[in-house]
Amino acid sequence: MQAFEYVAPRSLDEATHVLAHVGAEARCLGGGTDLIAQMREGRRSARVVVDIKRIPELDALKFDPIHGLTLGAAVPCSRIHSHGAVAAAFPGLIDAVSLIGGIAIQNRASLGGNICTASPAGDSLPALLVHNAHVLLASAQGTRRLPLSAFFVGPGKTVLRPDELVVQIELPAPPAGFGAAYLRFTPRNEMDIAVVGVGAAVVLENGLITQARVALGAVAPTPILVPEAAEALVGKAPSPEVFADAAAAAQRAAQPITDMRGTAEQRRHLVGVLTWRALQRAVERARVSQLPQPTAQ
Amino acid sequence: MSTRVPVTATINNEDVTFLCEPRQSLLEVLREELGLTGAKEGCNNGNCGACAVIMNGALVNSCLVLGVEAHGATITTIEGIAPREGLHPLQQKFIEHAALQCGVCTPGFIVAARALLDKNPNPTEHEVRFWLAGNLCRCTGYDKIVRAVLDAAATLRAQAASAAGDEVQ
Repeated sequence: MQAFEYVAPRSLDEATHVLAHVGAEARCLGGGTDLIAQMREGRRSARVVVDIKRIPELDALKFDPIHGLTLGAAVPCSRIHSHGAVAAAFPGLIDAVSLIGGIAIQNRASLGGNICTASPAGDSLPALLVHNAHVLLASAQGTRRLPLSAFFVGPGKTVLRPDELVVQIELPAPPAGFGAAYLRFTPRNEMDIAVVGVGAAVVLENGLITQARVALGAVAPTPILVPEAAEALVGKAPSPEVFADAAAAAQRAAQPITDMRGTAEQRRHLVGVLTWRALQRAVERARVSQLPQPTAQ
Repeated sequence: MSTRVPVTATINNEDVTFLCEPRQSLLEVLREELGLTGAKEGCNNGNCGACAVIMNGALVNSCLVLGVEAHGATITTIEGIAPREGLHPLQQKFIEHAALQCGVCTPGFIVAARALLDKNPNPTEHEVRFWLAGNLCRCTGYDKIVRAVLDAAATLRAQAASAAGDEVQ
């Protein structure tokens, strides 16, 4: 691997100061599961590697049933899926972080890294989109907060400036009657990259879907939300016909390509199947969330 | 113009200080600076698990950790698995079940299995297979490895039960 300098700032100010001075030649290191592999292969280079794991805000996971979830950009996947209250409230996110790599990868890989790598196939991306995630970015100039849907520009490209870093990912507390799911298709169950990934989230009130979000991965240059699929669902009772309409809308929104993982035709087919199944699972979870919860003795 | 950085860590219960370049992975440091050659370089990109070590209680691929990141960490490698004398039950059961052929993947499998049994002393076959999905073996077909891990888990549970019984008496 090419030589670089390593710094491990202890505060956000210190980190943004380094980024302001080094700019495009700096790379932030979270779990390193993408960055170290890519630097070794020569796909990315850095003069300075900024280890962000010792910055308190980036290493914090905060959950509150009213305000929702704040995930520090460097928090590894395993800390997210082993948190019982988070797992119960954000089932789509948990589906995704339990699928990324194997255990050794989940113990290091962070969602800050997953969104900054900005692979169209990144598993957490559609899940975060259906959980209505926002990102907080910081630089020496200040901070800005934007919806995750406005973060991605293209494969490997985001709106993050060279002097900025992702501080945290924020997910609002789910309302009553909420359910979500993330499903992907891979030739192998684990340690594989999605041929297609689909996230779905619904809110059920009195038997009707009152809110819905559907997001697709690996079928466009960035992960995409499909508002047309949501429109096909809102105001309706869940049924095979309604799921079929939403799945057809998702297929129309997909712009898949043919590559080593699958053909465009296969991907478009998978978008339909996975959208249907993800919606079915999200609705089942929404119904379970409405059942009276057992109280602790 | 890369300078070597001093790093202090606890490796296999020993306090160790070493110098490393920031670009060296923990795997390179273990093998080339510290002479701990049990962890193997397979894919060097996080897919095969041959370099697995336990860092601060968590299973990680040492090829995807920088040596400098180990500063202040507690690390267990395959060299730290066996007791002072004899073998760890996982090692013993890998021999009994013939759970290895060429042996390159074996240190990674044993370290990964140890991390599993530390967390879950009574895993199902399904749980063992999922946990070990990040370790590749091109010889055994995995079945013997899974049986060895389940058998070692049973041995460790029996040892724990007998130790608890001794304490009661």
